Amino acid sequence: MDLNLSDEQRLLRESAERFVAESYDADHRRKMAKDPLGFSPDVWKQFAELGWLALPIPEEFDGLGGGAVETGILMEAFGRGLVSEPYVATVVLGTGLIEKSGTTAQKQARLPKVANGSLKLAFAHSERAARFDLAKVATVAHKTAEGWRLAGSKIAVLDGHAADEIIVSAHIHDHQGPSGRIGLFLMPVKTPSVAISDYERLGGGRACNIELSGVELPEDAILGDGSDALPTIEWAVDRAMAALGAEAVGIMQTLLDTTLEYTKIRKQFGRPLSANQVIRHRLADMAMQVDESRSMALRAALKVDSMRVERARAASGAKAKIGKCARFVGEQSIQLHGGMGVTEELEVGAYFKRLVAFDTLFGGSAHHYARHARLGRTAVSA
Amino acid sequence: MDLSFNAEERAFQDEVRGFIAKNLTEEMKRATALTPSVFSDPDIGMAWQRVLHRQGWGAPGWPVEHGGPDWTPAQRWIFETESARAGVPNVNVMGVKMVGPVIIGFGSLEQKNFYLPRILSGEDYWCQGYSEPGSGSDLSSLKTRAVRDGDDYIINGTKIWTTHAHHANRMFALVRTSDGPRQQDGISFVLIDMTTPGITTRPILTIGGDHEVNQVFFDDVRVPVANRVGDEGKGWTYGKYLLEFERGSGIASAKLREGLKAIAELAESDLTGRAIDSPDIATRISEVEVDIDALEMTELRVLSALQTGQNPGAVSSILKLRNSEIRQAVTRLGVDVIGHDALAVEPMRPLYKLNHEPALPEDVLTVVPEYLNGRAYTIFGGTSEIQRDIIAKMMLGI
Repeated sequence: MDLNLSDEQRLLRESAERFVAESYDADHRRKMAKDPLGFSPDVWKQFAELGWLALPIPEEFDGLGGGAVETGILMEAFGRGLVSEPYVATVVLGTGLIEKSGTTAQKQARLPKVANGSLKLAFAHSERAARFDLAKVATVAHKTAEGWRLAGSKIAVLDGHAADEIIVSAHIHDHQGPSGRIGLFLMPVKTPSVAISDYERLGGGRACNIELSGVELPEDAILGDGSDALPTIEWAVDRAMAALGAEAVGIMQTLLDTTLEYTKIRKQFGRPLSANQVIRHRLADMAMQVDESRSMALRAALKVDSMRVERARAASGAKAKIGKCARFVGEQSIQLHGGMGVTEELEVGAYFKRLVAFDTLFGGSAHHYARHARLGRTAVSA
Repeated sequence: MDLSFNAEERAFQDEVRGFIAKNLTEEMKRATALTPSVFSDPDIGMAWQRVLHRQGWGAPGWPVEHGGPDWTPAQRWIFETESARAGVPNVNVMGVKMVGPVIIGFGSLEQKNFYLPRILSGEDYWCQGYSEPGSGSDLSSLKTRAVRDGDDYIINGTKIWTTHAHHANRMFALVRTSDGPRQQDGISFVLIDMTTPGITTRPILTIGGDHEVNQVFFDDVRVPVANRVGDEGKGWTYGKYLLEFERGSGIASAKLREGLKAIAELAESDLTGRAIDSPDIATRISEVEVDIDALEMTELRVLSALQTGQNPGAVSSILKLRNSEIRQAVTRLGVDVIGHDALAVEPMRPLYKLNHEPALPEDVLTVVPEYLNGRAYTIFGGTSEIQRDIIAKMMLGI
């Protein structure tokens, strides 16, 4: 049992924090918010040079073979600066799905390119009627003589507009009809009959909806051997939630630091706000919730490769708890900044919006407490 | 990073499990389960202390030269966790975890030689004389006075919330020996024999129906000056040192998990009409379980820091605060889970010596008293409000 950072992990944290502090400021973030791409290709190139895109990719595919803890370290630093590069879409979700389910040839063709920065991925899974149920997929992939024909509507696809290739989930219909299996399909973004409409995402970055109206894909577009992909999807989303949880911790820490500074400087009734016990206790609660969130994000990361129920309960527990803490820390940061907190003149609001987006992504606290409960009725796990 | 234990630690875990399985009697287990107050009665607690002492495990946190087992932080974690899982009785916390470390840190050689072995063996049973009717959170405003008279102090005043004063043969107390410029000055830390003439004890019943705490009165009580620990007037420093031990031995999550497990099992039983089938109850169990997971991770992070000699800082206040809040959440959930049975009161104590048919099934007997008595968790050892003050000051610098 050892939860101390190794020297390498400490170095990673220091370099990530330094990079974010030097490269991201309010001007950069405001520019990116209005940018049609939503992030900077130059920064992405630097991520590649720093080895961050290769971080969780296995060494045999030109990666660094890092784990979820290293991803979390990076994500927490990203959170501190509200980084908007498509890291989760490409490196966490995209490569995760390929690594878990892809054939060797599929991995060989893509993972080294992700690592060197020449391939960006996205994962199109969510659908309106499914809400947050990962098993509910109405998009259909019909087996045809030449390959596959996909039809359906995907929503809330993170960074799909910027991807070179989108991994689409669909119910497999073979020659006998519905198979009951979900398949994952590698779809180049420029394929005919794919309509992508992207929009500015709450809290930075972009997302899109995708219409698939009879999209023809070759036979080998299906990821892996065509067995049911739901376990892979659940694993990849649990892993992404651990990473996003760590990012939320970084966001909360910045909000706490900023709010703390403000309450020391801002004077009312002839004394700083922080001289009031009600303010000090609020900040103590915020600090405690940031710390609890940090514990939960780390726990989810350490259990990413545990058995299914243990992993899923850790991920849902973290998502639920961090979501709840994020709302509290975010809302109280605005409250303690007073009227200025509600304006676009300070950045508190931008950080808060990213936390709201975090809480919503892949399902909010209520959804994940319920999933946690469903998965563990009898066993209050040891 | 690694959450799992290494081979040596796993071997130690087996050793602890084996030891507990061999030595924990069914009576001790049942008595512990049927104790709705914070501490086990001494007949149960001290029986377990003697068992631990025979094994050399009587004081896990003490240095080896005073009889500690020389465990690593990870071993202490394993010991506490296995103890909680098995449901062992509480030993005399006031002796082993409170006054023991103070005597070790600041006591004279004579005091160490006399008192420490008696704590280990269970010969002495200690109570804590800190709070007074006028001094709760503002502890250092205390007024119990010790006036020097030759080789003695003569003590007058009163202490309150004294856990197990009616069982204890010794008390450690903070008393005022002089008035300094600050109210923290002039306080001394003294060890008092509870059989000394002039000491009277008044029982105080808690809302759960238990006699656990007392008020203690001192009327011209003679205590040898030799019973003062450390310097005269420096008692506040020693007293604060002790409070850090009281707040966070840092290993509370295992006990919380056992408490929640008991409630979850009740929720799944026909006794409660399967309360778990209500989505609200199921979700609340998960909410509390996740809070315990977070606390456990924080404890393990602190433990990891301790293993490498780092100082965890004000985190003992976070651990105390979260432990007490989660404990209350568990007991609150318990009341909601048992439904109709929350209406019945069983006034007899101790519950494990009940000589009539109880008003309730044994499995739910302690649920409401635990909830009621449990309100004290956010009050003793420094209220939640005081802990928040400490976090703001020590962690946030405001």
